[in-house]
Amino acid sequence: MLSLDVHKEIGELALSVSFESDGPVTGLFGPSGAGKSTLVNVIAGLTKPDKGRIVLGDEVLFDSRRSIDIPAHRRRIGYVFQEGRLFPHLSVRKNLDYGRWMTGAPDDPAELARVVAMLDIEPLLERRPGKLSGGERQRVAIGRALMMKPRLLLLDEPLASLDPARKSEIMPYLVRLRDKVGIPMVYVSHYARELQRIANVVVRLDAGRIIAIGGPEILTRADEAAFA
Amino acid sequence: MFELTPEEWTAIRLSLRIAIVATAVALPFGVAVAWLLARKEFWGKSLLDGLIVLPLVLPPVVTGYLLLIWFGRRGAVGSFLYDVFGIVFAFRWTGAALACGIMAFPLLVRPIRLSFEAIDRRLEDAASTLGANSFWRFITVTLPLALPGIIAGIILCFAKALGEFGATITFVSNIPGETQTISAAIYTYTQVPGGDAAALRLVLVAIVIAMAALLASEVLARRATRRLHGE
Repeated sequence: MLSLDVHKEIGELALSVSFESDGPVTGLFGPSGAGKSTLVNVIAGLTKPDKGRIVLGDEVLFDSRRSIDIPAHRRRIGYVFQEGRLFPHLSVRKNLDYGRWMTGAPDDPAELARVVAMLDIEPLLERRPGKLSGGERQRVAIGRALMMKPRLLLLDEPLASLDPARKSEIMPYLVRLRDKVGIPMVYVSHYARELQRIANVVVRLDAGRIIAIGGPEILTRADEAAFA
Repeated sequence: MFELTPEEWTAIRLSLRIAIVATAVALPFGVAVAWLLARKEFWGKSLLDGLIVLPLVLPPVVTGYLLLIWFGRRGAVGSFLYDVFGIVFAFRWTGAALACGIMAFPLLVRPIRLSFEAIDRRLEDAASTLGANSFWRFITVTLPLALPGIIAGIILCFAKALGEFGATITFVSNIPGETQTISAAIYTYTQVPGGDAAALRLVLVAIVIAMAALLASEVLARRATRRLHGE
């Protein structure tokens, strides 16, 4: 269970949202500038809200009234960024291993094999991110976030930087992730079709506020057409 | 004609030692200051920035003289260091290293600062979501990504330290075997009759060392850049 009550002003945006979601996949939908990325950054701990409360499962990650603010590096929340953000100076294998390295968790070859197989990235392991295609890079980014065994996985427009062919290349991996791995996810997109395929709960944002919340059926044909 | 005399060898070895020690000691301070200037806003930042660049624009004799006043045996800092740690800078090779380090410091800081400023901060955010605290983010992401700038800074600092003349000779004089570097030796040889051959030999040596340093930096920087962009 993810429970959010977040208030944050950045520049033009006044983000003020409050909802609970049992997921497992919560979709954040809305136009650019609606506050979707700000909201996931707040959940990850990269942006500090002005006030509010964030609870994941039974742990309070942030509570302005009780002065609780667990730093990003201790939240164990995986984050797949729009542009991948792989470390350019490390091989794919070391990128995948980075989370384990930082948290001092023991080596887990079985987990590595499982993630590598699920994302089909075996042939990429010794390469550097500079030599990967956009689709390969996003698969590695998903793998890197999974390898840290997150309690929650944030995906911020993971397909937005890809062309349509690459998009349909990645989508099955994301569906597999939802069905087999069982980690709750928050999935940000301004493409209705993506969320219809992957999300169980959709939160529709506009100008920093929730204007609708419900199943994927709240996404209309007009939404599908908007960016199709 | 091309045979180097023992005195000339001494000057070369001393120059290398002074330049290497000056660079090695300045490096951690240089990285720290470059990081502060690139990443932090604080009171007196422009002042710190100006102080660091000052030796580049002041006449070297002025810097050398200020060092003599402060770090001489009776100077405010010099007497303290001597009384407490037994360290002497005045008229010693360590003093030459100090003068070279200070003169070369702006050249060390600038490329490192630029490379810190050029780093995509979002990679550091990615590292924090993967469990890296600020110390490990710096060690595993920031520092390796700044490596080309750090290499450039080291080479510039080393080359400047190797050639420094004005501040060094003012602060620690020109004592063969103790503070007489290649530059000081060349100067001495040009002042005595028949010293031209020796001066020319050292000029050649200075050119060779400078070229070697430049080549090394080129190779290292290219390798570091290649590491960052795939392969």
